[in-house]
Amino acid sequence: MISKTFTILNPTGFHVRPTKTFVQTASTFPCKITVLNKGKKVNGKSSLSMLTLGIAVNEEVTLEIDGEQEEQALEALGKLLTDIHE
Amino acid sequence: MMTTLLKGIAASPGIAIARVFHLAAERFVPVQQAISDTAAEVERFRSAVALSRDEVEAIRASAEARLGADKAEIFEGHLMILEDPDLIEAVEQKIADEAICAEFALHEIAQSFIELLQSMSDELLRGRAVDIEDVSGRIMSHLRGVPHRELAGMTEECIIVARDLTPSDTAQLNLDYVRGFVTEVGSRTSHSAIMARSLEIPAIVGAGAAVHDIPADAFIVMDANQGVVLIAPTEEELANYKDMKQKDDHRRVELSKLKDLPSLSKDGKRVELAANIGKLEDIQRAIDNGAEGIGLFRTEFLYMGRSSLPTEEEQFTSYKYALEKMNPKPVVIRTLDIGGDKELPYMELPKESNPFLGQRALRLCLDRQDLFRTQLRALLRASRYGNLKIMFPMIAVLEELLEAKRLLEEEKQKLIAEGVQLAEHIEIGMMVEIPAAAVAADLFAPEVDFFSIGTNDLIQYTMAADRMNETVSYLYQPWHPSLLRLIRFVLQAAEKEGKWVGMCGEMAGDSTAIPLLLGLGLHEFSMSAGSILQARELISTLDQSSWSGHANQALTMRSTDEITQFVERTRNGVIQHD
Repeated sequence: MISKTFTILNPTGFHVRPTKTFVQTASTFPCKITVLNKGKKVNGKSSLSMLTLGIAVNEEVTLEIDGEQEEQALEALGKLLTDIHE
Repeated sequence: MMTTLLKGIAASPGIAIARVFHLAAERFVPVQQAISDTAAEVERFRSAVALSRDEVEAIRASAEARLGADKAEIFEGHLMILEDPDLIEAVEQKIADEAICAEFALHEIAQSFIELLQSMSDELLRGRAVDIEDVSGRIMSHLRGVPHRELAGMTEECIIVARDLTPSDTAQLNLDYVRGFVTEVGSRTSHSAIMARSLEIPAIVGAGAAVHDIPADAFIVMDANQGVVLIAPTEEELANYKDMKQKDDHRRVELSKLKDLPSLSKDGKRVELAANIGKLEDIQRAIDNGAEGIGLFRTEFLYMGRSSLPTEEEQFTSYKYALEKMNPKPVVIRTLDIGGDKELPYMELPKESNPFLGQRALRLCLDRQDLFRTQLRALLRASRYGNLKIMFPMIAVLEELLEAKRLLEEEKQKLIAEGVQLAEHIEIGMMVEIPAAAVAADLFAPEVDFFSIGTNDLIQYTMAADRMNETVSYLYQPWHPSLLRLIRFVLQAAEKEGKWVGMCGEMAGDSTAIPLLLGLGLHEFSMSAGSILQARELISTLDQSSWSGHANQALTMRSTDEITQFVERTRNGVIQHD
C-alpha cells in the first residue's frame, strides 16, 4: 500500500465537479482507493461518500492506494487533487 | 379582501404575475417488508436502476439540446449516482444481508446520505442532497410502478409553487409557460436558485411552509427583486405591479445589451469598467457582468483559512488560472495586503496598538522578504499566461516603491537565469491609499505604469476616521472636496507622465461619484461585478467634456452635501433635456 498527502487549491474546495472527475478517474483503476480527510475515511470510487467529506480549499487530503497499478493511480489522482477545476 | 404577503429570499430577479401551479411534494416512506427470495429482489432493484438510467439519459440529452451542455451536466452527476458503489452496491448488499424489500433498503441508504449532506456547513454541499432525493425518488417510482413527477405537461402561464425544485424539475420546466417559481426551502446558492438565474426567470426561495397554503387557483404577484409574494392582490396593487413589471423587464433587457459593449461616454470617451475580486470563483461573475478586466485581485484568500503560508506552486496555479480565464483582458493582482484588520494566526505577528497605522501590507512584505519573494516569483512565472499587471499596496514614500521594484527585478533575473519563460512586459503599479502618496503622486509617476486609487483606505486616512467606528462614521465622505482634490492630484501627475489611473473601492461604482470621476479623467473604474452594467449605462448618458467642467466646479465647493446635490441636479438636468 502507498499513501501521500495533498493540499486542496481549488477555490470552492473539492466539490461536485472535481469530485466527478476524481471518481471517474479512480474508477478506471483496479486498486482499492481510500480518501482520508478530517479524520474520516471513504471509498474514492464513490462520489456520494466523497461529497460527504466536505473537503474545503486549503485542507489536507491523504490518499491510500492498495493493489494493482497503485503508483499510476496515485500520480493521476494526486494531480486531480491539486488542480484548479473550472 | 386583504392581500396576503409572503416573504422569502430573492434568488433570481424579476417580477411575475400569474396563476399558481402547485407541484406536489413526493414524500413516500416505505415500510420494511421481509423478502424470502433476496436474489430476485436484488434483480428487481437492478432493473429499476436500469430504467432510471435510461430516463435520466433521455432527460440529459433533451436538457443538452434545450439548455446547453453545462446545464445538462447535472444529469451526468445523476448518472454517476446511479452507478455509485456506496449507494447501489450498498442497497444490494443490504437486501441480501437483511432479507428486506428493495424500497426499504434504498430509503434507508439514500436517507443516510441525504442526512449527512444536509448536516454539512457548506451551503453548496447541503444543496447536493436534492440530487440524491431526485435520483432515489426516481428509482423508488420504478420500484413502485408509479410515474415520477414530471413537469412537461403544462398548458398555461403559471408560477410554480413547491417545497423545492429538483434538477429533473428545472430541466423540464416549459419556459413558454413558467413565469417564475416560489419554494418553501432553499437559499441563494441552492440548485433551483442558480438554475433560475441562468434561465433568467424570477425566483423566490425559502419562503417557508406557508407557500403550501396558497389557494390552488390563486392569481399571485411575485416580486423577486424584493423577495415578496402577494396572494390575492387588490386591483390597484395588480395595476402597480403590471406597470413595474413592464419597466423592470425593459430595464433588464436594456442592461443585458450592454454586456459586450465597450464603456463609452456620450461624447465617445472610452473608459474601462473592471471588477474587484477576492476569490477565483468571482471571475466567472465578473465575466458574466461584462467586466473589461480585473481591476483588483486581492490575494489574501490564498493566505487565509489555513495553517501555513501558501507555497510558490500553489500561488502560481491560482494566478495562472485567473490570467488564462480573463486573457486577453487585464488582471491587476495586488500583492499581499495583510495586517490592519486582516490577521494570519500562523504568522504570529506581534499585536499592534494601532494596526491600521502599523506594519501592514507592503510594509510587512519588505520586512518579511521570504514571503514577498515567493509571491513575486509565483506572479512572474504566471505572467506568460495572460495580461498580468502587478500592484503594490500601502505605499507612503518613494523608497518603498523602489525597494519593491528592486526585489521584483531580482526575482525576475533569477527566473530568467533558470530558463523560465516570462511575459515580455509586465506593467507595475501602486495603490494610492495613503494621502502622502496622493499629494506627492508626481514623485511616483515616473516610476510606475499606473496608479489605482483605493478609496476605502484613502478616505479613512484622509479624514483620520476609523471606518469601523460608528461614532465617527459621518466623516466617511467619499465626495468631500478634500478627497476629490487628492484624486485630481493623482490624475494630473499621471497625465504628465502618460500613465493611466484606476480606482478600486466602493466609490468607483457609485452613481454620484462616477460623473465626477469621469469628468476628472479617470481611466479605469473597478467595482463589484454586480455594479458594472449600471455604471456602463450611466456613463453612456454622460458627456465627458462637460463633466470635466462640472467636476472642477465641484472641487471649489465647501461640503459633501453641496457636491452631491450639485451632481444630482446636473445629472438629472442632462437626462431631462434629452
